[in-house]
Amino acid sequence: MNRRILRRWVSNFMVGLMVAAVIVAVLPLLLILLTLIVKGASSLSLNFFTRPPVPAGETGGGVAHAIVGTLMVVGVAGLIGVPLGIGAGIYCAEYPGTRLSKITRFIADVMNGTPSIVVGVFAWTWIVARQKHFSGYAGSAALAMLMIPMVMRTTEELIKLVPHSLREAALALGYPRWRTSLSIVLRTALPGIVTGSLLAIARTAGETAPLLFTALGSQFMSFNMNEPIAALPLTVFTYAIGPYEEWHRYAWATALVLILVVLVLSIAARLATRRRFGLNG
Amino acid sequence: MATSTVPGPAAVTAETLEGSNLGDRLFKSALTIAALAVPVLMGFLVYELYVGAHLAIQKYGVGFVTGSTWDPVAEQFGALPLIFGTLLSSVLALIIAVPLSLGVAIYLTEFAPNAIRQPIAFVIELLAAIPSVVYGLWGIFVLIPFLKSAIFPFLRETLGFLPFFQGPIYGPSMLSASIILAIMIMPFIMSVSREVLNAVPGSQREAALALGATRWEAVISTIVPYARSGIIGAIILGLGRALGETMAVTMLIGNRNEISASLFAPGYTMAAVIANEFSEAATDLHFAALAYVALLLFVVTFLVNAAARLLIWRVSRRPSGGKTT
Repeated sequence: MNRRILRRWVSNFMVGLMVAAVIVAVLPLLLILLTLIVKGASSLSLNFFTRPPVPAGETGGGVAHAIVGTLMVVGVAGLIGVPLGIGAGIYCAEYPGTRLSKITRFIADVMNGTPSIVVGVFAWTWIVARQKHFSGYAGSAALAMLMIPMVMRTTEELIKLVPHSLREAALALGYPRWRTSLSIVLRTALPGIVTGSLLAIARTAGETAPLLFTALGSQFMSFNMNEPIAALPLTVFTYAIGPYEEWHRYAWATALVLILVVLVLSIAARLATRRRFGLNG
Repeated sequence: MATSTVPGPAAVTAETLEGSNLGDRLFKSALTIAALAVPVLMGFLVYELYVGAHLAIQKYGVGFVTGSTWDPVAEQFGALPLIFGTLLSSVLALIIAVPLSLGVAIYLTEFAPNAIRQPIAFVIELLAAIPSVVYGLWGIFVLIPFLKSAIFPFLRETLGFLPFFQGPIYGPSMLSASIILAIMIMPFIMSVSREVLNAVPGSQREAALALGATRWEAVISTIVPYARSGIIGAIILGLGRALGETMAVTMLIGNRNEISASLFAPGYTMAAVIANEFSEAATDLHFAALAYVALLLFVVTFLVNAAARLLIWRVSRRPSGGKTT
């Protein structure tokens, strides 16, 4: 009798510990968001979004250069990484048994686990060292490499979810295989693939390490991808480790902008996917 | 009778599908190029890293791993303190993150009311979406001051008899970096072990409960052992993330190249040294040494991730009514 009470007490105690773990696990997210808003929101102004930085000591500068830089570097990365990722994903879903698809799937997993700083070193030796100067393109190449495996795996998973009967129906009606794949299977999976790609883009938009010695960062507004270019994560890093109080305020505000972009994209992507699966049953 | 005059439908489909159709052949070639790009890029990455590191590999060979001087000015490079820092910070992060993430994963799969399962998992997975540099920023200006004023002195007083908690208290330190790393890898370990736990068949749970186990006993005696190798896989996956994490660690670890027993002392990691020195390296040998570090980091994370995948794959492929061994 006594033993049974003890056992039940142990069970309840462990559940209590787990609830505590949940609270401890959720706490950092709340704290980080809270500090970002408290410390960052006060520095946000129209100037902040529309003007390039001013020399330390003056006020009224912004991070427009970094917003433009991030859009360009991540945009080009998306133009390379998303089509390659989707193509490789379709291949692995359409020809699942081939040796190439097995190798590609395995290598994509390896790529996904490769530290982003290592990809940065690769982009440096591949592009920067050969061109002999830092460039936004090198940064885009590094980010694209990080996007490919993410986009690829989402595409493959979503295509596999498309019911086989749809494909069979199209083939039975005399559609060639490529039209079946593109206009029946891919179209059915498309909304999910779009959100998956958005998620991958959001993730890579926050990456700093691969840009450190590729895009390098800059203090000036620039639209030239062939020279060093600023990016939001690089700006946060530079301002955070800089010596000036003013820079620290900018770091918080820039981080707030960055995290808003990333979180809004992530949440939108997830909600869209969930609604879609709900409709499909 | 009719079947002998009309060509069989099987013959037609086979012909169409085997690529006599131009569109099909183009389609397949385009996809093959995309699928080939992945292994080709990866092979190119390894090749480029090897070529970049060639000078250092030639000069130091395997001894690079055991050399403890890292002096760019004197052109002396050894990676031991970096490897030590990388391993120590990652293992400490695991020690903090594993109990927490397993607790959350088990709670969410076994105990939590249905209504809060999804929201909590969602919130924790959002942690994985926060950019590393934002963790670093938060770590510098919020976490470190808090640890320095509240937690570290307390640790030194209560656990000061251990060598890990002695010596002067710095803000940026091995322990600060490990704590931020723990927060960062928690979502990965949590979501993978949740998947693995969800894959445990209900019959296992019911059998334990029917034998009179309390719910906790059912978890610890049946469900966790069943999912064991998958959970280990999740933990190793978290380890892989921690080993390669760069920005937050660079901003919090203090970047001092020495091996110290005290966790309050600054350290250095492989990723951090690359982040700090690569764009400022002046000599070819310095570049090569940094590329060598990158190559080592790649090999280590590759092995760790491969091991993790293998373990997770074993659990998810297991037949649902299978043995528990």
